[in-house]
Amino acid sequence: MSIPAKTHPELSEVFNKDEERVNWHDETLWWIRQKRDKSAHSIPEWEILREKASQIKNNALSNLAEYLVSFEEKALANGIIVHWAADAQEHNQIVHQILKKHDIRQLVKSKSMLTEECHLNEYLEKQGLEVIDSDLGERIVQLAKEPPSHIVLPCIHKKKEEIGDLFHEHLGVAAGTSDPQILTEAARVHLRETFLTRKAALTGVNFAIAETGEFVVCTNEGNADMGAHLADVHIACMGIEKIIPKRKHLGVFLRLLARSATGQPITTYSSHFKKPGAGQEMHLVLVDNGRTIQMGREDFRASLKCIRCGACMNTCPVYRRSGGHSYHSAISGPIGAILAPNLDREKYADLPFASTLCGSCSNVCPVKIDIHQQLYKWRQVIVQEGYATSAKKMSMKIMNYTLSSPGVYKTAGKAGRWVLKYIPFAVNNHFNPWYKQRDMPEVPKESFGEWYKKNVK
Amino acid sequence: MKRVGLFIPCYVDQFYPNAGIATYQLLKKLGLDVTYPTGQTCCGQPMANSGFEHLTGDCNQLFVDNFAEFDYIVSPSGSCVLHIKEHLHTEKSEPQAAAIRTKVYELVEFLVDILQVKNLKAKFPHKVGLHQSCHGQRGLLLTQMSELVAPYFSKPQQLLAQVEGLELINLKREDECCGFGGTFCVVEEAVSVKMGKDRVKDHQANGAEYITGADMSCLMHMEGILKRENSNVKVLHIAEILNAG
Repeated sequence: MSIPAKTHPELSEVFNKDEERVNWHDETLWWIRQKRDKSAHSIPEWEILREKASQIKNNALSNLAEYLVSFEEKALANGIIVHWAADAQEHNQIVHQILKKHDIRQLVKSKSMLTEECHLNEYLEKQGLEVIDSDLGERIVQLAKEPPSHIVLPCIHKKKEEIGDLFHEHLGVAAGTSDPQILTEAARVHLRETFLTRKAALTGVNFAIAETGEFVVCTNEGNADMGAHLADVHIACMGIEKIIPKRKHLGVFLRLLARSATGQPITTYSSHFKKPGAGQEMHLVLVDNGRTIQMGREDFRASLKCIRCGACMNTCPVYRRSGGHSYHSAISGPIGAILAPNLDREKYADLPFASTLCGSCSNVCPVKIDIHQQLYKWRQVIVQEGYATSAKKMSMKIMNYTLSSPGVYKTAGKAGRWVLKYIPFAVNNHFNPWYKQRDMPEVPKESFGEWYKKNVK
Repeated sequence: MKRVGLFIPCYVDQFYPNAGIATYQLLKKLGLDVTYPTGQTCCGQPMANSGFEHLTGDCNQLFVDNFAEFDYIVSPSGSCVLHIKEHLHTEKSEPQAAAIRTKVYELVEFLVDILQVKNLKAKFPHKVGLHQSCHGQRGLLLTQMSELVAPYFSKPQQLLAQVEGLELINLKREDECCGFGGTFCVVEEAVSVKMGKDRVKDHQANGAEYITGADMSCLMHMEGILKRENSNVKVLHIAEILNAG
């Protein structure tokens, strides 16, 4: 367990120092949320589709062990080498061993949030290996030495001018370039060189099909395919919750995934990998890393249904105004806030509170995860386990004492109103977070209770 | 005649008595037998949403003691009503608590669903923006939600349409959260205020003279921001508009 260097409120306060940037971040993501709405509304059976997806995932989780065993059996028969990793450390070691065996020192990666969760890049770089992320957004944040701030749009927090500066520094683009066309072309040349020279490629997995032992990777840039097809060794890494029972179920998820993520009808590339190509080696690493623990928590197991579309982030009014990095976890936003406390309660104790519980996340979720209800439930667990600050504990005890007795409540209310009216500076100061950027309510001449007593009874 | 227990949330009692008075007068006007149990304090939501649900036992018991006898419990706050509906439990009197959970109503839903009010005889000749408070909308289903593919409806709009002279303005984002969020408004001060500023701006840009809604807490937050900006836009609880004229 460890305490974060900075908490969500502190990090988002810093993010909010530049209001123009917050506006731009908010509007960009809201634009994507609107694209999602338009796309969803073009499908009359949208809500039925969500319900179907939710039920398929419920089934998959309820019979996870069986599906995993059958998946492994089929995958092995297809010629895929299957590995099991209990945690992030084991996952990283497995990947490293595979590369070592082939004496490969350079790896091209397509986007995989699982490897972000496991901090694979850092690990491999410490072992002296070079890792190049090939998803354009991820490549950009990699050049900036930052983690992704969004699971689908990893560099959504960066403006094109900032990307131009990075490309100037690292890829030799002329200083001051911000034309997306030129920047994309520079990235294309750079990545093409990478694809052609790397002997090993790592991809994520969007769906693994128990029935056939194949897995599906969805990208918009075709980078997973470029990497996997050109390399001698293809390593695919997946969390064990990515299993779906049958191939026929795939259609439900492919229809929902891209529409929820970006408003596209389908991702540009939905590539099926079933067996290694001629002369190629294909590895698959199945990772637990806390997932079976979450499975055992009745209140939180539904979080494992997530298909990583990012819709909850785009709709979240808090995420849009605090930026992904303020969540200080690989998976940010509402879904990250219910996944992270499973991994480390103390370090992520702030995240379930980074929400107004408005419920929009649960409504856009294509697999109907009760995200905002789980945020509420995590709050209870976190406080019960003792991770609330002592100031908060004290204020809650005082509140409880006041509200438990009508007499104390009335006296306290009267006293509070008196303070506001006659000595407003006692509350209108910088110790009061309400007053910092908002005025206090005006004091009425009497409470409702006092009015009722006088006028009715 | 069925008896209505008036549940006035603590902060409405202390800071916005006019919203409570309008609720009381409106229900009386509609011919109901309304009583305000004077021993009530708070629904316990501020503690529960902060992770201290385990401290709300006494509050819950007090709520049950005050309201068990009524046929309906009505409150001018969607958020507090939702909390009671979802989380009111007691050790001593669980059957009464269970009954309360099904007979507690937010004012708008009570007027539309139970009383089926068709003619309010209210008058409020102003341009008004309606703030959809999240707990009322997504929790109590007062209005269809923009995320879902489903036919549109709005209970507050149904009532506001009965108010003479009232012009309801359109918003760019019709159901975005204002950022109040209970203790969120102080714990996450920076984001809360930014959300509130954006929400207020949408109303201002579309010409609202008043912002109304079924939750005084969101309105209190937006009022704090409006006042700090020296804005002319005012907030009024929906009960005050439905009771006007």
